[in-house]
Amino acid sequence: MAPAVPRSGDAIFANVERVNAELFTLTYGAIVRQLLTDLEEVEEVNKQLDQMGYNIGIRLIDEFLAKSNVTRCVDFRETAEVIAKVGFKMFLGVTASVTNWDSEGTSCSLILEDNPLVDFVELPDTCQGLYYCNILSGVVRGALEMVSMKTEVTWVRDMLRGDDAFELQVKLLKQVPEEYPYKDDE
Amino acid sequence: MVREVSESCMDSLLTEIVSSYCNRFYANKPELAARRIEAIGYQVGHQLSERYTIERPRFTDHLEAIKFICKDFWSELFKKQIDNLKTNHRDNKFRWLSRMSGDPSEISGAAQDPSTMSENKAAQATGMHLYFPCGIIRGALSTLGIPCAVSADISNLPACSFVVRIKV
Repeated sequence: MAPAVPRSGDAIFANVERVNAELFTLTYGAIVRQLLTDLEEVEEVNKQLDQMGYNIGIRLIDEFLAKSNVTRCVDFRETAEVIAKVGFKMFLGVTASVTNWDSEGTSCSLILEDNPLVDFVELPDTCQGLYYCNILSGVVRGALEMVSMKTEVTWVRDMLRGDDAFELQVKLLKQVPEEYPYKDDE
Repeated sequence: MVREVSESCMDSLLTEIVSSYCNRFYANKPELAARRIEAIGYQVGHQLSERYTIERPRFTDHLEAIKFICKDFWSELFKKQIDNLKTNHRDNKFRWLSRMSGDPSEISGAAQDPSTMSENKAAQATGMHLYFPCGIIRGALSTLGIPCAVSADISNLPACSFVVRIKV
């Protein structure tokens, strides 16, 4: 049987159940607003958004692997491309681009120019220091951890803070290679 | 072309916020957690209702508004049909029946997996999720000038009833 061909982000997105993005955007906004009210400190909200994202990411990876037919990425470069073109597309309906590779190929940036989380969102002055989209950094980190990559994910640019794009830096800290109990030739 | 995201985005987000409020922020205080989840829904319902009615003339009476929420608003939002709208004019109570069995998340998800949760916890988890749509309905109706209280009845899963009590 021929190996399954990896599917494109567009193809997967066209085939999953989808909802009105406005509902999603407003729900996320209401959540951030409620968290700010209940937790009071912007830093705490950043932390909780990241934690929530992590919890989502560790589960979302299953759906990703099941629907995308992606088996093993050869290296971190390929992983980043897959996240940007397939991952973001099949969930958020938008693609990201990958740039700013370091010389070792262990750190890069994911750039999002179009982001459904922030449609019609403006941050009041009282939210200085808030990383509104911090749930995304958690999702990326959680998902990658489930495929044995330990990463550090940080915001470099944030459109809600006046920058021209959303830029997430993803740094590979440790990759635990899968260990098989038997050698291939036995 | 209406912008869309995957349903799993919405489901994951909801599951996670319910879990965060119930297990982290207000662990052991389910009533507080419930109120926060409902408040989040209220905010969403309020904003959506404002958007959807910007170009519409005001509703002539409560029933018209409720029917709007029941039909256009609801199916736009959740892509499911409300099966049944029963009105009880004397008590100002409207009961909707929404068949959510086709939805893998939110309602039937928790109820279908009794092996991982005790039945009580499963019912509670399902109930907690429902505070969100209850809030949406309350927020939408309040914005249309109909203050009300909304609760969910899950005694007949996978069918789910929303009971709207109008405040006079």
